[in-house]
Amino acid sequence: MSRIRPLLTVQPCRGLVDEKFQISVKYLPPKQEVTLHSLLQSEDNNYWEAFGYYVSDAKGAVKVAEDASVGGTYEGIEAMGLLWSMRPEPGSKPGLRLRKENVESPVVVQISVYKGHLSQGFRKQVALACSTVERWYMAPGVQRVDVTDPEVRGTLFLPPGPGPFPAVLDIWGGSGGLVEYRSALLASHGFASMTLEYMPYEGRKSDVNMAYFEKAFGFLQEHFLVDSKSVALLGLSFGCNVCLSMAVYSEVVQPKCCVCISGTHLYPVKSSTLSVLKELEKQTHKIHVDEKNRTIMKGILLPVPTDPNLKTEVGKIKCPLLFIIGLDDENWPVAESMEDMQKMMEEAGNSHLLTALSYPGAGHLIEIPYTPHCRTSRYISPQHGKKMTLLWGGRTKPHADAQEHSWGEIIEFLQKHLYSGMDPEPLSRM
Amino acid sequence: MSRTCPLLTVQPSRGLVDEKFVITVKHLPPKQEVTLYSLHECENGNFWEAFGHYVSDPQGAVSGTDDASVGGTYEGIEPMGLLWSMRPVPGSKPGLRLRKKNVQTPVVVQIFVYMGHLNQGFREQVALACSPVERWYMAPGVQRVDVTDPLVRGTLFLPPGPGPFSAILEIGGAGGGMVEYRSAILASHGFVSMTLEYHSAETVKADIHLLYFEKAFRILQEHPLVASECVALLGLSYGCYISLYMAVHSEVAKPRCCVCIGGSHVKSTKTAFAPPWEFFKQNMSKMHIDKENCVIWKDTLLPISSDLDTKLDVRKIKCPLLLVNGLDDQGLPAAESAEDMHMMMEKAGNSHLLTVLSYPETGHLIEPPYSPHCRASILFLDSSLYMMMLWGGQSKPHADAQEQSWRKILEFLQQHLYYGKDSAPLSRL
Repeated sequence: MSRIRPLLTVQPCRGLVDEKFQISVKYLPPKQEVTLHSLLQSEDNNYWEAFGYYVSDAKGAVKVAEDASVGGTYEGIEAMGLLWSMRPEPGSKPGLRLRKENVESPVVVQISVYKGHLSQGFRKQVALACSTVERWYMAPGVQRVDVTDPEVRGTLFLPPGPGPFPAVLDIWGGSGGLVEYRSALLASHGFASMTLEYMPYEGRKSDVNMAYFEKAFGFLQEHFLVDSKSVALLGLSFGCNVCLSMAVYSEVVQPKCCVCISGTHLYPVKSSTLSVLKELEKQTHKIHVDEKNRTIMKGILLPVPTDPNLKTEVGKIKCPLLFIIGLDDENWPVAESMEDMQKMMEEAGNSHLLTALSYPGAGHLIEIPYTPHCRTSRYISPQHGKKMTLLWGGRTKPHADAQEHSWGEIIEFLQKHLYSGMDPEPLSRM
Repeated sequence: MSRTCPLLTVQPSRGLVDEKFVITVKHLPPKQEVTLYSLHECENGNFWEAFGHYVSDPQGAVSGTDDASVGGTYEGIEPMGLLWSMRPVPGSKPGLRLRKKNVQTPVVVQIFVYMGHLNQGFREQVALACSPVERWYMAPGVQRVDVTDPLVRGTLFLPPGPGPFSAILEIGGAGGGMVEYRSAILASHGFVSMTLEYHSAETVKADIHLLYFEKAFRILQEHPLVASECVALLGLSYGCYISLYMAVHSEVAKPRCCVCIGGSHVKSTKTAFAPPWEFFKQNMSKMHIDKENCVIWKDTLLPISSDLDTKLDVRKIKCPLLLVNGLDDQGLPAAESAEDMHMMMEKAGNSHLLTVLSYPETGHLIEPPYSPHCRASILFLDSSLYMMMLWGGQSKPHADAQEQSWRKILEFLQQHLYYGKDSAPLSRL
């Protein structure tokens, strides 16, 4: 009798990071206990893995999209569980966070099927079968362009084609640096997207103020491939402070719409970001460090101030606003400030512009779908280089669901507001 | 510019060559006539194109999967029409055939959407939107390995994983050279697959020997990642004759099953086992040339005689055999041969091993799905002598045949290479 191994297939074998895949195994013996396992090696050389327990059916097949996992890092019918439930391999350094730096290459994940229900030691076992899957941030034809304007530091991602494209200015939060993957994926969805570097750090003497962000917005708007009337703002965490402040206070920036993820309307950036950060520093006594040495930042902004100077006047917003928060966010008091924001907008009469999405069980880092949930990670504050372990919050399954659902909402929201309305007249160029 | 471009998406944007894709266009004006257009620059520098005429719905959307093309190189609801109906752009050399040589890179096809129903001059127009799509023969993790045996020239494709895998020895047609794409896509489906070069423009007149193919078979069988009792033969065109010859005569190479695409069991050379050069030389006097100066080769082997000396004795075949043929095959009398083989095997009592798939209006070159249909092309006999061969078939039925037969071929291979005689899975864990 033959020793032929079962057949494991993943379809598509090359997908975008926000696309679903189908994993199936065939030619197992019937009613066989097996473990499906995923493994990836990150750019910083750590191993991340996930696994689910299955039992083959009477024909010897397992279909992850239809069968329930009965144990492992995820349970139930979870087509994408092998990605979103990934965590560092046992023995890894603590406080890791999985973020792709080079977006021009794919994330490569090894999917394997093992005999029995295993919970460890996968790399020492021989799998029954395996398959390699690529996950891409950049679709074919998307171009990555370094922004070399001396006054604006960022990376622009352009979709393929003659344009003009709707555009997004993508503003990350307090961790700083230049984070490209979200803009790369937005370009894969047809948006010209520019991610900005702005956070001060040790060694960068110059401060960043509103004029910098206005310059960046203008740069994007005036790009020959961008439809100047269709530029949105997208912010995460502290980036929301920037976005909301621009939308309300800038005389120059008029976003078509605005997306805020895990942000608050507190502490507007009216002039310099550094001054806001200095204001926040005055509240550091309110930061709480728990018994596991994890820093919970949200106290820094609580209680919600009554001083109107400490709040962005969201009643003055003129564009549609999508506000996404996780109710288990331990980093910023998003729920409390959302409540306050809604009240302000209702009083001003512009609350019809607001779409608020709150996700129970989701934490602060609401990222791209199917990327692992990060509940805590090592954090180095950009200004002082101080090291700590931040508690971001969230529980894995609800956080993963929030990432998937919110991303779909974000894309739909941007498409709805950034594409010109549909009139029957022919396109102007024809 | 005051209006954003429409949004054209192709999903998956990176697929295997035999995977379907979904093309959609959104944010067009409603009820707008548009043309979906595909363009590919092949490795030889020739351009291939296809196009379909659509009208957007009241929401300004076009779906390549749900909407019907009302004109162009294909009509009707054809999700993959922009690939299978491709043909060389006007002004190209005649007799071109689209075949990927380097399988480690993808086929890149640009998909465009144009305003209006256009039939030509695409490259002089500005498209409304465009999106490239990649089509891969090799799945991630598939390895390409040069066979380093001094006697056997071949390329091996290995799926990822610990194995052992079942395997396929691919034996190509009279065109010769090293043709890798089919083995590459087979490996992407979990088979170790080796494609063999048994003649080329330089070695065209050299004899071929059964020993060569038996050696290749053994190399495959003995590979550490291959389950030695699960090796199949897959023949194309003239390679079918060689595969059938092995299945009938070889004491050494015992395939678990055999697939023959567009071939014949008829012996047409003085020696039973001859190189394609002899096959052409000895039969040239019987060939026909049609009105367009294309060579119709199939008649050189017709009529099929009842004399057992004129054909391979397929009554001796002991393994499952799948014959795939086009009823409009002008290159070889594949359909007639399949009928004759069926008759022989029925008389001998082994016809339960035989499955025949015959496709109407389908020609000789039955390729993996969505490859453009090639009705006629130049075949080089040696480095300087060539003929314009008529292969036959009509685009749409030929495309359907490629899609359906490929699925059946994979099913057949999986059934016989993964399962034992009692249909229980082979693996013993």
